[in-house]
Amino acid sequence: MIPERLVNLAILAGLAGVALWALAVDTPFTITLATRAAILALAAVGLNIALGIGGLVSLGHAVFFGLGGYAMGILAYHAQTYTTLDLGPLSVTGSKSMPLIWLVAVVASALAALLIGLLSLRTSGVYFIMITLAFGQMFYYFAISWGTYGGEDGLSIYVRNGFPGLNTLDPIQFFGLCFALLCLALLVYARLRAAPFGLALNAARQVPARVETVGLSPLRLKLVAFVISGAITGLAGALFADLNRFVSPTMFSWQLSGELIVLIVIGGVGRLMGPVIGACLFVLLEHWLGALTAFWHIWLGVILLGIVLFARGGIVGLLTGKAGPHV
Amino acid sequence: MSGILIAEQILNGLQSGVMLFLMAAGLTLIFGVMGLINLAHGSLYMVGAFAAAWVAGATGSFGLALIAALAGAALAGVLIEMLVIRRLYAAAHLDQVLATFALILIFSEGTRLVFGSFPLFLDVPGALSGPVTLPGGIQYPLYRLTLIGVGLLVALFLWWLTARTRIGIQIRAGANDREMIAALGVDISKLYTLVFALGAALAGLAGALVGAIQSVQVGMGEPVLILAFVVIVIGGIGSIKGAFVGALLVGLTDTLGGIFLPQVFKLFMAPDVATQTGSALASMAIYIVMSMVLIWRPSGLFGARA
Amino acid sequence: MSELILATHNLSKSFGALKATDDVSINLRAGEIHALIGPNGAGKSTLIAQISGGLRPDAGRVMLMGRDVTQYGTATRARAGLGRTFQISALAMEDSVLENVLLGALGAEGRPWRFWSRATADAEMRARAMTALERVGLADDHDKRTAELSHGQRRQLEVAVALTLSPRAFLMDEPMAGLGAGGSKRLTGFLDGLREEAPILLVEHDMDAVFALADRISVLASGRVIATGTVAEIRADRAVRTAYLGEDA
Repeated sequence: MIPERLVNLAILAGLAGVALWALAVDTPFTITLATRAAILALAAVGLNIALGIGGLVSLGHAVFFGLGGYAMGILAYHAQTYTTLDLGPLSVTGSKSMPLIWLVAVVASALAALLIGLLSLRTSGVYFIMITLAFGQMFYYFAISWGTYGGEDGLSIYVRNGFPGLNTLDPIQFFGLCFALLCLALLVYARLRAAPFGLALNAARQVPARVETVGLSPLRLKLVAFVISGAITGLAGALFADLNRFVSPTMFSWQLSGELIVLIVIGGVGRLMGPVIGACLFVLLEHWLGALTAFWHIWLGVILLGIVLFARGGIVGLLTGKAGPHV
Repeated sequence: MSGILIAEQILNGLQSGVMLFLMAAGLTLIFGVMGLINLAHGSLYMVGAFAAAWVAGATGSFGLALIAALAGAALAGVLIEMLVIRRLYAAAHLDQVLATFALILIFSEGTRLVFGSFPLFLDVPGALSGPVTLPGGIQYPLYRLTLIGVGLLVALFLWWLTARTRIGIQIRAGANDREMIAALGVDISKLYTLVFALGAALAGLAGALVGAIQSVQVGMGEPVLILAFVVIVIGGIGSIKGAFVGALLVGLTDTLGGIFLPQVFKLFMAPDVATQTGSALASMAIYIVMSMVLIWRPSGLFGARA
Repeated sequence: MSELILATHNLSKSFGALKATDDVSINLRAGEIHALIGPNGAGKSTLIAQISGGLRPDAGRVMLMGRDVTQYGTATRARAGLGRTFQISALAMEDSVLENVLLGALGAEGRPWRFWSRATADAEMRARAMTALERVGLADDHDKRTAELSHGQRRQLEVAVALTLSPRAFLMDEPMAGLGAGGSKRLTGFLDGLREEAPILLVEHDMDAVFALADRISVLASGRVIATGTVAEIRADRAVRTAYLGEDA
């Protein structure tokens, strides 16, 4: 069996390698695929904090992905139409600057996660799943019925937003930016997992009664984890919208929430690199199987059933020979 | 706004509420008895609708179509219960979510493969088409009125089944104590398959009945599934009574909110802004109701205290 | 008489028609081991849950160090000085032994909100955790995954986590459960020395351990305390012999 650290490095190097190879042979579409994988991985790293460490089966993480997307969409829309955004007493101009958009995406997602978490963590287990799913649907329908920003048709942004010192229109530079943020999120995940917070959160997933008897509140630990998790997924949403230069209510859809969980499970729940390997495989499957058959979701379903019933540790578990944490 | 319009909308709300109840009752029963969260319940709704549309298209009989919906969904239910679901009863929630999510993918794409991406249409049977005049001069479609009646009958049947029959006693005992029921010599695995098939048949029935007033298409089940989850969260997991009250509450809130909120906002806003704000808020109304219930009673109106 | 550490006053809790605990008043004084015994279904678990904070009583109060903690949750009572062990080991099985005791140290210091530094690198917490492991004889196994421990070692770890809290009172729910004669004897010896540090309210089925350790014994039957006294008094008590030991008086 291969040590997990080696597997981890190989996966990251592989993702960056594919993008660089695509640059060398001049196939920008492959760079776009790699960027898509990096962004989905980032979203799933966020979810993995709630799901993998905290054991929170959130079927509503598309909320944060979508909020990030609309943070980008709304700010860029006002910037490209030279209009202002009226927030009661405050009137704000739009922005085409990525750092500012990211900040708004992260803050909005964190606030939404705080509210949803406060409501849904009052209960546990299966209620939590249903409630997060329901809130996801709420945002979805809200986005459809709110006509100002395109409603069901979504919003197109004509030019990708900018980052100081980079030409984000160049695929490889945009990939580099997304990849760097992914690495940063992985670092956050790894540090947080080993930190006192991660230790307590991990225990709150396994034995909440024990965590209480040492004087800590499992609920607060899980709430904070949910907020951090939502914020990271929100950041990914902003990048995803920028990749497509388009945002629509489908970013809020329950399918997306489900797919984020699927990514993690394919890769390995609670593994540092689980989301990354899962996202890469997902994008590959989508691309290859999608080219072979219009019905590739059937095969995704079959693979998923196989993993759930027979290979609980995901791919990282198969490679390293260790079972994953039990959620 | 006239009293007739209000009465009509209340009937519409009741109609969508009782159909939601058919979905929610099955889900809550399956969760209550087997402890399983079944995301694929929406697929069974879809299976029922497609079976009905297909048989109605081939035979022209709505009655046969309903039987096909019940049988088709129950059969699909038994099949997935025996092949997949029964391995999940003791599994973690995450496994249940994933496996039933996988089933959605398989069902949806499988249906698309067989029937194509275009919606099918299921006609309201001739005998039930057209309006009837209700007391007070309200003209209301007979078919929708029939749906309300069917929903109430099913609710009555479920109450009788769980409260008054041997199988109902077993179901309630199974919900409380699996070992006890096994010790009583009841074949627990058969009981589970039966409950699952019952839930599936109810979902299939709802799919077929609603299919006649909406289009029958892939993906029709999941929005209803999520609404049914809202119903269960409001009513309390495992409670049929809760599912009934929750379903009516959600059906009425959703229908009346969509009609009346824009009107209310017009009282103090410009009409176009009011329409938009009102309809956007109306789309959130049921979730706001759910949130309020959660704050007031975290385990639902009729749920066992956690 | 020595200082009163923990006391319940007239605790009552009913589930439907069943009175699980009925007007229970017991107390724990500094330096003692107070054993709580009773047949299955006597209401011991319900009583423990009410003392530890998992269950609110219908009536009555729980006092810890002179403070009324009846309305407090489990976590607050733990911070107020109540160290609890579980009948069925409640340990993070996927984590290492050290991580389990570190969790206790983390709770004791009340500082879980650190997101960047390694938990195992905090010298102060680590020292506290290792001390607890040494005291129960698990220091050499600190790197092991908890799932790999034997049943007996898990019982020891269960006690070690409570030790990291430096509690003012221990509430131990059948610490001897499932231990062989040897393990039971070793743990008895350890608990014997622990009472000086903090008194122990000991719920236990192992009568050898109870008779060896207890300064006082309270007997619970059908939700009521039917007798409280020294070992000798309880051994001699007719009501206890009838209700609990099942002997014909």
